Amino acid sequence: MKMRALTLPIVAGLAAAGISPATAQELAIGLKSEATSMDPQFHQLSTNIQVAKNIFEALTTQDAVQKVTPGLAESWEAIDDTTWRFNLREGVTFHDGSEFTARDVIYSFCRIPLVQNSPSPFTIYSAGIADMTAEDDHTLTITTKATNPLLPTELWSLAIVSADTLGAEEEITYGPDGTCEGMGEVPQAPAFNSPDVAVGTGPYKLETYTRGSEVVLSRFDEYWGGTPDWERVVMRPITSDGPRVAALLAGDVDMIESPPIQDLPRIEDAGLKVVDALSNRVIYLHMQQLEDAPGISGTDGENPLLDPRVREAISLSINRDAIVERIMGGYAVAAGELLPPPMFGTSERPVDPYDPERAKELLAEAGYPDGFSITLGTPNDRYINDEQVAQAVAQMLAQIGIDTRVDASTASQFFSRRNDLEFPIYMAGWGASSGDMSSPLKSLVATYDPDTGMGPTNAGRYSNPEMDALLLEAMSTIDDTKRDRMLQEAETMVLNDYGIIPLHYEQTVWAMKPNLSYEPRVDQYTMATKVEPASE
Amino acid sequence: MIVYLVRRLGQSLLALVAMAILVFIGVYFIGNPVDVLINPEATQADIIATTERLGLDKPLYQQFGIFVMNALQGDLGTSFVYGRPALDIILERLPATMELALVALLLSVGIGIPLGVWAGLRPYSIAGRSIMGGSLLGFSLPNFWQGMLLILIFAVILGWLPAGGRGETTEFLGLQVSFLTLDGLSHLILPAINLALFKMSLIIRLARANTREVCLQDYVKFARAKGLSGRRVVLVHVLKNIMIPVVTIIGLELGSMVAFAIVTETVFAWPGMGKLLIDSINLLDRPVIVAYLMLTVLIIVAINLLVDVIYSLLDPRIRLSEMNG
Amino acid sequence: MTEIATNTPVRIDSPSKRIAKQFIEDPVAVVGLILFGLVALIAIAAPWLAPQNPYDLAQLNIMDSSLPPGETSFDTEMTYWLGTDQQGRDMLSAIMYGLRISLLVATVSLALAITIGTIVGVFAAFFGGRLDSIIMRIVDLQLSFPAILIALILLALLGRGVDKVIMALVIVQWAYYARTVRSSAMVERSKDYIDAARCLGLPSRRIMFRHLLPNCVPPLIVVATVQIAQAIALEATLSFLGVGVPITEPSLGLLIANGYDYLLSGNYWISVFPGIALVVTIIAINLVGDRLRDVLNPRLQK
Repeated sequence: MKMRALTLPIVAGLAAAGISPATAQELAIGLKSEATSMDPQFHQLSTNIQVAKNIFEALTTQDAVQKVTPGLAESWEAIDDTTWRFNLREGVTFHDGSEFTARDVIYSFCRIPLVQNSPSPFTIYSAGIADMTAEDDHTLTITTKATNPLLPTELWSLAIVSADTLGAEEEITYGPDGTCEGMGEVPQAPAFNSPDVAVGTGPYKLETYTRGSEVVLSRFDEYWGGTPDWERVVMRPITSDGPRVAALLAGDVDMIESPPIQDLPRIEDAGLKVVDALSNRVIYLHMQQLEDAPGISGTDGENPLLDPRVREAISLSINRDAIVERIMGGYAVAAGELLPPPMFGTSERPVDPYDPERAKELLAEAGYPDGFSITLGTPNDRYINDEQVAQAVAQMLAQIGIDTRVDASTASQFFSRRNDLEFPIYMAGWGASSGDMSSPLKSLVATYDPDTGMGPTNAGRYSNPEMDALLLEAMSTIDDTKRDRMLQEAETMVLNDYGIIPLHYEQTVWAMKPNLSYEPRVDQYTMATKVEPASE
Repeated sequence: MIVYLVRRLGQSLLALVAMAILVFIGVYFIGNPVDVLINPEATQADIIATTERLGLDKPLYQQFGIFVMNALQGDLGTSFVYGRPALDIILERLPATMELALVALLLSVGIGIPLGVWAGLRPYSIAGRSIMGGSLLGFSLPNFWQGMLLILIFAVILGWLPAGGRGETTEFLGLQVSFLTLDGLSHLILPAINLALFKMSLIIRLARANTREVCLQDYVKFARAKGLSGRRVVLVHVLKNIMIPVVTIIGLELGSMVAFAIVTETVFAWPGMGKLLIDSINLLDRPVIVAYLMLTVLIIVAINLLVDVIYSLLDPRIRLSEMNG
Repeated sequence: MTEIATNTPVRIDSPSKRIAKQFIEDPVAVVGLILFGLVALIAIAAPWLAPQNPYDLAQLNIMDSSLPPGETSFDTEMTYWLGTDQQGRDMLSAIMYGLRISLLVATVSLALAITIGTIVGVFAAFFGGRLDSIIMRIVDLQLSFPAILIALILLALLGRGVDKVIMALVIVQWAYYARTVRSSAMVERSKDYIDAARCLGLPSRRIMFRHLLPNCVPPLIVVATVQIAQAIALEATLSFLGVGVPITEPSLGLLIANGYDYLLSGNYWISVFPGIALVVTIIAINLVGDRLRDVLNPRLQK
């Protein structure tokens, strides 16, 4: 008894010390994963980008619903199909006091192909740029190799770094694919772990970066967009779901991203605030369209998935509402398209109904009254409750006679196996970072062609030449109204053919203390700059 | 003794090389890390270019050759994910793991030995029996489940301690450590207990058995008969005699603690190298996986050698060269 | 709790009857044995005892997901005494089947590891010399590395699967048996009766397996009971880390791991009940093991 009286206050004291007081001056955020580098041009990964976005800016920005708005460029115009003029913002300074000019933009684009060892380079956006010239310090012309209506959208991914800080020469001349001149000695990614190198124009300055532990940012008082809300921002990776929630509940952090759906009731009961938004990510089923598909039995060697009736049956057998309600805890929306309406190129197509009777009929019509056996591939650590959703799908397919075995593996193995076409049917997700229908169509269902770069993620090898032609046309149309219509038409073609089966759109969730507010973002980014003290 | 040490070292190095080869080849066959790391919108051409840049397009033997050449010069490769030397990344995480393992070891020894000796001296008392019952429980609870329960009880229900992470660190002898601040300490307690519990149970059992054995020895009976106080008998004779097996176990268990930290670090999101290993396996970051293994094996080998040396110092009757036969 | 019979020396070759008699002198050990018998029975009879086949997806319905203990299904009459998981799977059935997988993995790997370890150990002891020193060097080297590390790496390379987990467990365990068998065989080898058998011209194989081996059994049993508990815990840990059995054949460890995600949300039953089943199993085995160790060979205390 005496022992207990002694230990209690000590433990309580420790706990109290563990809580960083949530004064309006400091914001602590628990992140789901850790940025691999502070170099904004190193790794094209949302984890890195969302941290970098606090320190660095781009010519354009995207608001919470992925609408493109001015960033470091105040305005822009397309002069012809391949030439764009950008008017840069004046009076913007970098964290070290140097002035932002067109030279910094050219330097930044030039550096992208020169970043070494990048596991996912930003060159996929910069490679299409043929030339850049500075008309004056604040006017820039960009010439693209091909017509690219999405240029302003894509520019938001390309962070602007400071040419002077990184040691560029006075005169920088643009050349495509790493042939720029006047670059000087280009610092590589590891150098950016120092606040002296990681210099941007963003609202926060890098203070310290302790790998595995935290990123500390401090307010940049001369920020052009007004004084940021927080004196200090601490971003801490807490990769396990449970501890991340517990850290919020215990008050260690003020806000967390991606709390597990099943914990939301508890979080709300604790008086904390939960906000969510429909994301741009759709979870879908893709079916093998080559003659011999592996992992199917009971069909005399035929691939039943070649029959559109079988594909329709699969879609009708799935009770999407039950998945949303039961597995996703209501934090998802049943999907009828590849991108949630009203995003660009969507057609408001209704969600396929749940109709197991009709599904059985279709199977019988297609010549499989007794169903068949199939293996459903899924990652188990990539999407929200992915393994659970796949099991529920298997359960529903079993009800109409398709005996389904779930083959779940970690993302690392799943993606390699999927790319080797090991699954007859697989579940995966697609987030359209551009917020535009051309993104899922081009990657998921356009005919696979390594030479043109079409259909890179089309591991079902679905092919519809008519759709391909329409998509290509849309992708080189600058007129938004026309493009919108063409994309809608192309998407409808694929969905009518059941070339891909959308399941649901994920919802992104954030949980925070009640005295904070955050406008939930479609792109799933957690950005400290957008966290505000709630007005009460 | 030197001959023995050199031979031990040689064998361990051989094991190290074998392990490196096995893992290197194994990871190669799991998949292509570029598939996971690259932006899904990347085209086939981008994927090929990235694969080339990471040197993954070369045939396996060539990749391995390059690895060996670099390894001989002390370069264990550059992480695919972080773009920095794999060894640097691991060494950054090493202090966190070592701090956790050492504190856990301290706990298990500091609590385990007294409890074990107590239980050994009074095997039939309620306390003695309870200690043994407790140790059986500690011995039987799987590490990860026990960690979950600790979080549930102390972090969620009671809210006394943080559920995970490392908290504030301060510099101590050039390393980042947690135990010097209250915040750091509060983050350290649960993971350290989690890691310590199994070993503590082991040490309790060991200390108890040895104590009982020693107590039955003539010289202890004699000492008691001579009228020495119970306390002195325990301190001088019993403790001295159970030290040898305990030191062995501690040495061997420190190595296994570093390995078991993988589980604890996963449960408590402790930013050590065990967590790094799991993440690296998931991302197929081969240089980090291989470097982790080589480093861990080296640590274990070093500890084992150290234990052997201490062993021979504690008990002059044992000559290292004989242990080998 | 368990008492070590240090002051009543037991001869290694004491008849099994006497061992049994000594064993039941400790009521705690008897409780352990009964518990273990019960657990084993449940595991074996799971397909007949369980109210539901948790692996038959057609029997599950996600409308029944995450029901707390004691709730009734929304369409059938079935009551879920231990609740359901997020797939609507009856936890009671899942635990019974999970126990089955856990024990299967542990016992099969145990049997294989003992077989391999015994053969290697007896060979090493019998032939001695260079073969012995090479084998023992390998054994020592392997034992100096933590089992979890070796198993984790192996499974990361091999992928998920019951067969693969068994393989990994065999690889990390055989060395314990090899060392145990070798050391007791070494003792036996130097005894007179082996020399006598050799003089009689009996073939080596016969001497090894008919004469040497039976005398190595008691210490082997002791090590095996410790190891089987370890194997169950190790398999659970590996499954928790995501490299163990596949989701379609959940062991107790995987059930607990699944429940881990739901622990904070108050759905404690998904994780806690399988955890209790696992702990009871391991404790029962350890109780039996402790007693067996005392009864069979007081010198083997560790």
